[in-house]
Amino acid sequence: MSFLELHAVRKSYGPAVALAGVDLQVAAGSRTAIVGPSGSGKTTLLRIIAGFEAPDAGRVTLGGQPLADGPNAIPAHRRGIGFVPQEGALFPHLSVADNVGFGLARNAPDRAQRIIELMQMVALDPAMLTRRPHELSGGQQQRVALARALAQRPRLMLLDEPFSALDTGLRASTRKAVAQLLGAAGITTILVTHDQAEALSFADQVAVMRAGRLAQVGSPHSLYLRPTDAATAQFLGETIVLPAQLSQGWATCALGVIAVNDGQRKGSAQIMLRPEQLQLAPVPVDPMDTDAEACLGVVEDIDFGGALCGLTVRLLGNPQTDAPSAAAPLLVRSPAIHIPPVGSTVQITVMGQAHVFDEVVA
Amino acid sequence: MRRFGGTRLSWVGMAAVLVSLFALLPLGFVVWVGWQTGWETAAPLIFRPRVGELLVNTALLELVTVPVCGVLALALAWLTERSDLPGARTWAALAVAPLAVPAFVHSYAWMTVTPSLHGLAGAALVSTIAYFPFMYLPLSAALRRLDPGMEDAASSLGLGPWAVFFRVVLPQLRLALCGGGLLVGLHLLAEYGLYVMIRFDTFTTAIVDQFQSTYNGPAANMLAGVLVVCCFGLLGLEARLRGHERYARVGTGAARMPVRTRLGRWTVLAWSLPFCTSLLALGVPLFTLVRWLIAGGAAVWHLDVLGAALGQTLVWAVAGGVLTTVVSVPMAWLSIRKPGKLQRVVEACNYMVGSLPGVVVALALVTITVRVALPLYQTVATILLAYMLMFLPRALVSLRAGISQAPVELEHAARSLGRTPTQALWSITLRLAAPGAAAGMAMVALGITNELTATLLLAPTGTQTLATAFWAFSSEIDYAAAAPYALMMVLLSMPMTWLLYVQSKKTAGR
Repeated sequence: MSFLELHAVRKSYGPAVALAGVDLQVAAGSRTAIVGPSGSGKTTLLRIIAGFEAPDAGRVTLGGQPLADGPNAIPAHRRGIGFVPQEGALFPHLSVADNVGFGLARNAPDRAQRIIELMQMVALDPAMLTRRPHELSGGQQQRVALARALAQRPRLMLLDEPFSALDTGLRASTRKAVAQLLGAAGITTILVTHDQAEALSFADQVAVMRAGRLAQVGSPHSLYLRPTDAATAQFLGETIVLPAQLSQGWATCALGVIAVNDGQRKGSAQIMLRPEQLQLAPVPVDPMDTDAEACLGVVEDIDFGGALCGLTVRLLGNPQTDAPSAAAPLLVRSPAIHIPPVGSTVQITVMGQAHVFDEVVA
Repeated sequence: MRRFGGTRLSWVGMAAVLVSLFALLPLGFVVWVGWQTGWETAAPLIFRPRVGELLVNTALLELVTVPVCGVLALALAWLTERSDLPGARTWAALAVAPLAVPAFVHSYAWMTVTPSLHGLAGAALVSTIAYFPFMYLPLSAALRRLDPGMEDAASSLGLGPWAVFFRVVLPQLRLALCGGGLLVGLHLLAEYGLYVMIRFDTFTTAIVDQFQSTYNGPAANMLAGVLVVCCFGLLGLEARLRGHERYARVGTGAARMPVRTRLGRWTVLAWSLPFCTSLLALGVPLFTLVRWLIAGGAAVWHLDVLGAALGQTLVWAVAGGVLTTVVSVPMAWLSIRKPGKLQRVVEACNYMVGSLPGVVVALALVTITVRVALPLYQTVATILLAYMLMFLPRALVSLRAGISQAPVELEHAARSLGRTPTQALWSITLRLAAPGAAAGMAMVALGITNELTATLLLAPTGTQTLATAFWAFSSEIDYAAAAPYALMMVLLSMPMTWLLYVQSKKTAGR
């Protein structure tokens, strides 16, 4: 039973089409991330759900109540939907306490108590209540913005890239804290972001948006490992795409014969691997000494990156298969401890299965 | 560099201090004159019914005009910046255009249209029309800069459009409202011609009257003292109202473009506000000028007299503009490159003196030249000095904006290539700051072109500017003969007003 439903939502600004028909179902209490490159229409979609803008066509319903049907839309202030904008957008002329209590009735008897509760809820020290927004760090500002939105007890919480202004370490911890908090409160949440790692870690449903449409919707796991097309695959992480011949669950390609996740398909197809599925092992100097079935390559370049390093590996022709050696070198992610030096020959093995892309309907 | 009182002070710093000391002359004069006169003589001159009357008049004028200007300017700014009013850009330009008409020409136009206009109501009406653009400019710039994300956040918290405006938008406009209100308030204190024509007595008109009848008596000086106290009261009030809140957007990154509100069926009603304002503020002066020019025909165009006044005005405007800009260079440079305690004090002095009415500056210079440097009395040097003291802040603001465009790294690079600091300042920073300096010069020149009070008191005998010639004719109720002079002033002011409008758009980043 879905809580929020979008049906064929369209929006254009003059000749520019921002949303070209979007359908989305969000289950009650779940966390959904809408991810896409900038200009893909994800912020417009969020603004339509929030009620800041009305769609040109299409329906939006929340818990069975219609929010928008074409241009007829309930205005934002009567929707009861929480919204945390980019950068928080705290009111600079008000103290933290007045920011948090902005949506509460000014003469509510338990107002002060409620503000303190909200501060504790977002793990901020209530001593900060007398401060001004500019005296807070970026992460604290973001938490105040969240507390301000939570004060409404919203049915739905919208987060518009709220973590993008934070630095890397803070971003991950704030994201985790926010996810836990909203999960504990049982508030349905939609996060908009251009950061795929953030979307995959935050949500239990990820929707990839491209050029005003939702390209694919599903769990983070399935989207990462079973994307429907190469563009989605590449957006969600580094990708190795190879041409292959399929037969009974096996693919013959430049890396040799590897298992695929589709036992039915036959003939030529595009298969996809994630760089972390490839493992490198150093081989003796003379390649003729090694296992004839092994797939060999030469390390051309190393991009040191701390925990994981990127290695560029050029494949040596595999005598076993008649597949041509891949023209473009492969990118392999390897732990920093055992990286082979540049110029050395390595044996490449594949872990897990490769994913077969759906056939492109011409 | 030299050692100076234990702290290192550059030539630039010394020049800045020197200029500021000079700028403090009028203030020093008021204090000195008060001390010289002594309490026994001063008290009866200050505490008399006449002063009380003027005080009430001035206070009423401020209390009526400033809020009316604020409401009108706010409504116009919102309509032109945040609504889908048809022709918003044109209306925005027309809302600034009344600045091209000097205040005393506004009153001349109104006296022609409704000769019975007088007293507080008349004064407030004409002042509002003449000065509301001073509040419109900062308000429209602030509205344009406002982060719409805050309004979104407020409406997602359950606030309706009106509540959003009063609880989020209006508080953000506080600085613009206070700053613009102060500017209008100071102009109301300083204006002379407008109130004489509309027959409304303020301190400034009383001081000039007193001066013209008794010439430099203690009565005029004491009134000037009270006027200075009023000015500082206004400055203090503004500083209190402004408060110490921070209004800048919290966070980094660029704000989204604001969404314009649909007016829908209110469009016609909304449209009538800028229409009526423009009709009153531009239509009336334009109609009057055309009417008098037609009535006067060719007879009023005495080209020799008119040409002489025009030439005099241009020479003083250009000379005053250059002088004021040049002397403001050290201070502007200090405030960008070496901000510190000294620079803040020096700069505050200049702004304070710039807020003094022209009549006080003129009175100070008359007294000082008569008592100390008689050969300078009623010379070009004195009047240029008066212009410099009055318009220094205008030059300073523009020049500072210009210098901040030239990064200090460029100056360092020039010095590493063998230029002395002064050469580097001249060949790099001042070249890059030239547009800002030019804008400052233009603003000073505009002020001088339309300056009446100080020019009346200080101009060498026999010389006339456009403003004083206009004033002479209209005082004799020869409105037709005054019309060509008014027309010239308006035409000269137009490019400068346009510059002001364009600048206000630029500072908002569009």
